[in-house]
Amino acid sequence: MNHRIADRILVVVCFVGLFLPLACLVALLGDVMWDGVARIDWSFLTSYPSRHADKAGLLPGLVGSLFLVLLTGLICIPLGVGAAIYLQEYGQDSRLSRFIAINIGSLAGVPSVIYGLLGLGIFVRTFGLGRSLIAGAATLALLVLPIVVIASIEALRAVPGTLREAALGLGATRWQVIRHVVLPAALPSILTGCILSMSRAVGETAPLIVVGALTFVTFLPDGIDAPFTALPIQIYNWVSRPQAGFENTAAGGIVILLGLLLILNLGAVLLRAKLSKDR
Amino acid sequence: MAQFEVENLKAWYGDKQVLMDVSVSLPAQGVTAIIGPSGCGKSTFIRCLNRMHELVIGARMEGEIRLGGEDIMAPAVDPVLLRRRVGMVFQRPNPFPTMTIRQNVLSGLTLTGRLKRSEADEIVEKALGDAALWDEVKDRLNTPGAGLSGGQQQRLCIARCLAVEPDVLLMDEPCSALDPIATARIEELIAQLRERLTVVIVTHNMQQAARVSDRTAFFLMGELVELSETNTLFTQPADQRTEDYITGRFR
Repeated sequence: MNHRIADRILVVVCFVGLFLPLACLVALLGDVMWDGVARIDWSFLTSYPSRHADKAGLLPGLVGSLFLVLLTGLICIPLGVGAAIYLQEYGQDSRLSRFIAINIGSLAGVPSVIYGLLGLGIFVRTFGLGRSLIAGAATLALLVLPIVVIASIEALRAVPGTLREAALGLGATRWQVIRHVVLPAALPSILTGCILSMSRAVGETAPLIVVGALTFVTFLPDGIDAPFTALPIQIYNWVSRPQAGFENTAAGGIVILLGLLLILNLGAVLLRAKLSKDR
Repeated sequence: MAQFEVENLKAWYGDKQVLMDVSVSLPAQGVTAIIGPSGCGKSTFIRCLNRMHELVIGARMEGEIRLGGEDIMAPAVDPVLLRRRVGMVFQRPNPFPTMTIRQNVLSGLTLTGRLKRSEADEIVEKALGDAALWDEVKDRLNTPGAGLSGGQQQRLCIARCLAVEPDVLLMDEPCSALDPIATARIEELIAQLRERLTVVIVTHNMQQAARVSDRTAFFLMGELVELSETNTLFTQPADQRTEDYITGRFR
């Protein structure tokens, strides 16, 4: 009898472990929705920030975040996938690249504010990019690069070695094998990893603050060298305002940010489903 | 057709030597079967013949291999080009999962950027015909290659090799993942291919070696013990160890 009771207890413990955080999350989301949804309308999406809470909009933040994701992806995905291809497909027999591959995991755990300082030092100051979109995007790219590399390495590793052998046996070069056999097979997982890393970049605040994103912007960036703001920063700014009404505005911003993240993640799921159905 | 001459071939995985000192001549006619217990180096041997062996991390080989008189281990020889002359079929069918049947057949040419579009249809039909698969798949050439049965997939892999028009076809236990009916189809196919190609087949199955091959080589612990006419090897083996193996006295 005793082991059956122990079994029951374990199930209950596991269920509580699942239920508690889930309940907290639902409560949090519900609270934010409650405060924020009423605030969301078309003009909220298309207006500039304002001193008046009920007139404030998040257009610059939204546009800034979209630009940031786009640029971050453009910088980070080719670099990350390229690094993964090198480490997994070419560098296998060198000790250095094995060492690097093992340690990339710890880079993913470095606090994001430290990447912000790195970005400030390298991109803003040394490269003289200033407090611009491109400096922010480059910093975010650095931040999520390890995630892209790890996801891509895993994806490449999951491609059976027998396929590489088959292609090599047909007289293909290493690059032809990678380009036509390995990459197509690994693509769904690589893309999923990339999209998830982009959604991580969208939510980042600390490194952008360090790099010098603005908090009150009444214009849209007109180039990659323009000053910018981003959704999380806009939200952070609203939350820290003492005036009444801004907490609802902030909540509205959070709902929009969550929506954006949800869309990105949904995109990853759909893309994956589509690509794996095509074969 | 070209014949293989192998002299003093030694091969290693890391520190472990798997081929001791193999010297053998594989004539340019018909089918040579290679038998021997697991780990005797028979797969490694044929993987040396198209220089796939050296792709394994830590693997190396030494000695001399000549194909039609040309030293294929010479530094000037590009192993990539060699592999277009010496095709290989593997233990498990491995059609490319992202490609259709048609694309799989053409893959050896498309991968290497050598396909002339105007010739594609002809090549597909010929290679699939030669692999005895055309009638079964001609109505669904544009469906995924992975949707075929195991035996059909293996014949697709053979068609994929044939489309590159190799001189030699190496087969590494091509039937070990197949059922007896599919195995019989592959064996029939080998009987047809022997007219045009030098075929070297590694097999665990002595009956198979007896059925498909003209000559059989017996490997043991990295050494070539004996190479004879298949009939002779199975009825009057010259070496005691061969006799012990084929009569099942040791494994």
